Amino acid sequence: MGIRERLSGNEAAATAMKQINPDVVAAYPITPSTEIPQYFSTFVANGSVDSDFVAVESEHSAMSACIGAEAAGARAMTATSANGLSLMWEMIYIASSLRLPIVLSLVNRAVSGPLNIHNDHSDAMGVRDAGWIMLFSENNQEAYDNTLMAHRIAEHKDVMLPLMVCQDGFITSHSIENIELVEDDKVKEFVGEYHPEHYLLNRDEPIAVGPLDVQSYLFEHKAQQAQAMENAKKVILEVAEDFEKMTGRKYGFFEKYKLDDAEVAIVCMNSTAGTTKFVVDNLREQGIKAGLLKLRVFRPFPVNEIAKALSHLKAMAILDKASSLNAAGGALYEDVTSAMYVNNFHVPAVNYVYGIGGRDTRADEIEGVYKDLLEIAKTGNIDNPYRYFGLRREAK
Amino acid sequence: MTEINANTPMEKMTPGGDIYTAGNAREFKTGDWRSVKPVFLSEKCKQCGLCFPVCPDDAIPVNKETLQREDFNYDYCKGCGVCAKTCPFGAIEMRKEDD
Repeated sequence: MGIRERLSGNEAAATAMKQINPDVVAAYPITPSTEIPQYFSTFVANGSVDSDFVAVESEHSAMSACIGAEAAGARAMTATSANGLSLMWEMIYIASSLRLPIVLSLVNRAVSGPLNIHNDHSDAMGVRDAGWIMLFSENNQEAYDNTLMAHRIAEHKDVMLPLMVCQDGFITSHSIENIELVEDDKVKEFVGEYHPEHYLLNRDEPIAVGPLDVQSYLFEHKAQQAQAMENAKKVILEVAEDFEKMTGRKYGFFEKYKLDDAEVAIVCMNSTAGTTKFVVDNLREQGIKAGLLKLRVFRPFPVNEIAKALSHLKAMAILDKASSLNAAGGALYEDVTSAMYVNNFHVPAVNYVYGIGGRDTRADEIEGVYKDLLEIAKTGNIDNPYRYFGLRREAK
Repeated sequence: MTEINANTPMEKMTPGGDIYTAGNAREFKTGDWRSVKPVFLSEKCKQCGLCFPVCPDDAIPVNKETLQREDFNYDYCKGCGVCAKTCPFGAIEMRKEDD
């Protein structure tokens, strides 16, 4: 039986990092993830971890220091948000292409501008094709659990890719909720030690990391990364199975909430799933067959599994908490509809961009989405698939 | 480490392009970037020793026994011309690569 606690999402992430006790943490403060390195530096000062804390001068340096540490053979972690991730962007690609399993806690926030420090997913969506595994977390418990599973996935020899654990800024990061922690010794045993096969500080095998990769090589290295991302699917499920044995908490690529017999459903990520569950319960009481698919593993994208899970619906809505500004719908919408198409399933699907810049996401708005879906299911009429909710518009 | 070249399939390549040996920069012949080349006129050379320290690469070999410079190592010379500018005796002449 685990330890009952009450922690904020940031505290949960920092507590997981403390229990993992990585060799190096290099981080730079940025709202709303600031507390993670802040708590962690306290652990370092108190001697409750053995980690070296590198107080860098920017996020570019934070990721660079993590890359150096991982290449040397150490286990490195960091945390950031929004523009911090933007500043890391160059090194984000270096980390994944050098196949360094760095673990990053991303507390999702709108990327400026105009300047905004509140939650949406524009930071994560900006790096969705950067070769990082991306796990999303509904609440503090999931942010904690995903972090405990992170290294087992990232460091697996068939994967060797960096991984980010996402949680919603403020909504999750600053809300204190009940949580069940795993005992320190069990975490230590579960996560295990990191013994890379090749590393810079191995005096018996001098190596070169990150050499020039000209026309005859880069293509193959990118294909290797793509293969590793594919391999990660199996590993993610294996690690989740072990995690369930330890904690009783079950994780997959996604959570199906009253989905199997649903006629209309929403697909979304992070904290909005909590609000949606509340709405689904209310609608079910009214006899409406509403369901939810909460995506946990956004990268690798579980193309076939997600298509199959949604194939029986009469209508569905995909909620994007980031505007793609492409005149063609949000990133999650594009991925889900593409998954349906290649699997030859046709379900009427609409996209809602919502919650931008921390705009409150209310239960009545989500209920409105289900009402729209019921109408689409009845008439088959979609009209405009690219929609918003929570956006102020002139009355027509 | 097994040799990796432009015919190696992706399955046999190292992740991230890492090279599991030391001193491998030597195998990368950067001299083929050159468009002009320095020519060593040994009869004008006084062995003053000003040229080889200014070479940004390692293209002017110095004999360890006699401590005298030898002809250019064109495998690594990029034709920057710093040595020719430095030589007080006109013993290094820059010529077009094709000449």
